[in-house]
Amino acid sequence: MAGPSRYRKERIDRGIKARSDTIYVLSSYREMVYILLPRILPIFFLLIFPLVVGGGYWGKVVFYSCTFALLALSWDLLASVGLVSLGQALFFGVGSYVAGGFNHYLKWPIFLTIPVATIGGAFICSLLLIPVLRLRGVYFSMVTLILPLLFDHLIETLEILGGTHGLLSLTPFPNHWMAVYIAILAVIVCLFGFRRLIHEDYGFVLRGIREDDRVVMAGGINIYWYKTQTIFIAGGIGCLAGALMTHYYQFVGRSAFALDNTILPLAGAVLGGSGNFAGAVLGTFILVPLSEALRALGGLRMALYSLILIGALAILPEGIFHYLERKYHQFERIVSI
Amino acid sequence: MEILIYGITNSVTLALMAIGFSLTFGISGLANFAHGAFYLLGGILTWIFMNQLGIPYFLSALISIVVVGLFGFFLYWGLMLRLRGLAINEVIATLATAIVIVEVLRYLGFSGFTYVLPEFIKGSIQIGKSWVDYQRIFLVAIGIGLIIFLYLFIHHTKIGLSFRAISQNERTAISLGIDSDWTAALSLSFGSALAVIAGLVILPLGSIDTQIGYDILISALAVGIVGGLESVPGILVASIILGFGQIIVATFFKAQWQTVVTLIAILVILAVKPSGIFGKYKELEERV
Amino acid sequence: MSEEIILRVENLTKRFGGVVAVDQVSFEVRRGEFLGLIGPNGSGKTTLINLITGFVKPTSGRILYLNQEITHQPPYRIACMGVARSFQMVRAFHRIPAFKNLIVPLYSPRVKKLGGGKYGERDDIAVDLLDDFGFERDSLVPYKTAGSLPHGYLKRLDLARCMALRPDLLILDELFSGMTMSEVAATLPLIEKFNREGLTIMMVEHRLKELFRVAHRVIVLNFGRKIADGPPKEAMNHEEVQKAYLGTEVEG
Repeated sequence: MAGPSRYRKERIDRGIKARSDTIYVLSSYREMVYILLPRILPIFFLLIFPLVVGGGYWGKVVFYSCTFALLALSWDLLASVGLVSLGQALFFGVGSYVAGGFNHYLKWPIFLTIPVATIGGAFICSLLLIPVLRLRGVYFSMVTLILPLLFDHLIETLEILGGTHGLLSLTPFPNHWMAVYIAILAVIVCLFGFRRLIHEDYGFVLRGIREDDRVVMAGGINIYWYKTQTIFIAGGIGCLAGALMTHYYQFVGRSAFALDNTILPLAGAVLGGSGNFAGAVLGTFILVPLSEALRALGGLRMALYSLILIGALAILPEGIFHYLERKYHQFERIVSI
Repeated sequence: MEILIYGITNSVTLALMAIGFSLTFGISGLANFAHGAFYLLGGILTWIFMNQLGIPYFLSALISIVVVGLFGFFLYWGLMLRLRGLAINEVIATLATAIVIVEVLRYLGFSGFTYVLPEFIKGSIQIGKSWVDYQRIFLVAIGIGLIIFLYLFIHHTKIGLSFRAISQNERTAISLGIDSDWTAALSLSFGSALAVIAGLVILPLGSIDTQIGYDILISALAVGIVGGLESVPGILVASIILGFGQIIVATFFKAQWQTVVTLIAILVILAVKPSGIFGKYKELEERV
Repeated sequence: MSEEIILRVENLTKRFGGVVAVDQVSFEVRRGEFLGLIGPNGSGKTTLINLITGFVKPTSGRILYLNQEITHQPPYRIACMGVARSFQMVRAFHRIPAFKNLIVPLYSPRVKKLGGGKYGERDDIAVDLLDDFGFERDSLVPYKTAGSLPHGYLKRLDLARCMALRPDLLILDELFSGMTMSEVAATLPLIEKFNREGLTIMMVEHRLKELFRVAHRVIVLNFGRKIADGPPKEAMNHEEVQKAYLGTEVEG
């Protein structure tokens, strides 16, 4: 017998996880619930929550949470292929102004402006960002950061598209419930859609590009085409968020390109955990209500999100969702060596 | 004539703003998005030291440079090192730091006409038909002097040598005994100090407004994108193009249209040569 | 081995600043040939491979594959034309299962066109393919995270990744470095079999004994220049080659 006994922490899958990993999950109700619960619960929650909260002030907050969740999901998709966007505000702003512009100047109805903003906005954003795809990753971050800030300045100084006052009195949604449930539906579709996508072979290619793009190229894949596709999809979703917000607010102004619309989804996605999309939704659904509650702090809120962002990066880089997931599937114990 | 004078001043101003950012990026590959925030912070710290602590101007300036330089150094040690390797996170962290600094200062109200830094040399001189502030001449002198100084420093001192080594091949540099963490931290503190120096020279021409925390970053990024991030001639050429472009637009059109110049320059570069005028298309060859 | 020339390299030169990595190299490869590429360290072998496969742009010269000019083509297009390459430093996706590493080539336009994988089938195709390379189908090995596998397995994984692309020309960059004798003994016959079945192979190696057993011809590089080109014995008898590998006697 030699030396003092040493201990280490061991993480083991829970029994129920092991039992429910195969087809035999169908043999037990308990195991089926274990599998289905994490998927059904959020959908249930998302669908019921707006009704519980009501149509008043907090109903608005639910809507905001959804639009920012869409921005966070868009960010997460770009991050999955290795593109770090510091300019979700770009997508948001482009979508807002396309929808607002067509509605204001051409009097297009809402069921036309929103799809046009989504698809058209996606095209515009892709065109702007494709040139930097062949450069180092930092260029993408830089260009996404600088473009919305420049567009903001531009609108203000050139007095175009409504200038500092913005475009007012745009067509609203028929009623609050329609707006909220369209937004919720979009979040659910994107959330589960992106998760499915990332676990399919297509998603593996995307993640491979992030991990080591030389090997992917040696395997015959045109990485720039896949990056472009990702920008198109993510851009479209960001533009959709902008378009939805524009019609909810019945207003679009240069604030659409503000840094707020970049930092809040970014902080939410990182807080919740990047890479799994559920974290993006979770994080924004935490931060947006928090932000509303702290309305009084005004601009200081951005500093707060940034601090939370830094804190998350330093302390819990995997994010809240991944942490919860791990706790759900595994338990820890101390074993002696 | 006036266009020439203001064009030169504006170009050197832009170059001054861009230098710190490009230096840090060129050396350690770190895009310091807190560059503009440090510029602002330096200016405000100097103001505080002078107006609330009564410390003379020169000393205040010096202390600010040192403080922000140290802040940059410890930012690297404390935060970046923990995040090193996760390239994603470095970039986010510097932006987050920038926002914290700028928004806190904005909340504390450091904006407006009371917040002015004194000129280094008061008065003005007549060149040709127009009057030029000594401060502007001082600015150009400092700008050119700084560029020359930096060039000499990087090419003729030991620290400068380690800067160049790291930027060319990090692994080899490490194996030769150059501490890459220390050098990278130094490059961040140098870049921050340069931001403050730029601020001290430029801010006296106007008043302090927290929004410049972002505006300076935009200018630095624009110069970098148009000129090519890692090339000194690129910074110079881009500064001249943007500098003169902005002055010309301001003279013949409206003053506020300056931003249009920046945006158009960026869009054109993106369409024609995305890596910048003197940018090296190293992307593919770098990492095989 | 047919007479068809599948790869032709003409006066290929690559300069990195002041360093000439590849200096006016010319050679041809016939379909079905097993070509060795050897030379001391730093002689430009990997750079040559990078030039041929499109990862590095040449300073001057031409490269023709199947009579089409591929000198300035991007790597993915060259790969889709049928040129697969392995990497000297193992580059696998460490955090995913071994067999999933093969999904990328199976997803490429080339394999899709050749009728390789439809939706849902790729996983099985990958596991089957790995079976040929020593990853037993019925064991846990193909499903282990690539990062947890020993070096020899990773090398074979890289080889499998190349073969998943259904290449016509296979370029191997020091495949056997870091592999044990038994692993080499298991893998070499496999490569030989592929060559007999019609696959053209170009192989950079330092383990000359194994290479000379299977290669029809070798090219020797030194300081970026081609100094010999012929059957192994002939090339090794070349005076300049011996000087390059063994050095010269010092007078006195």
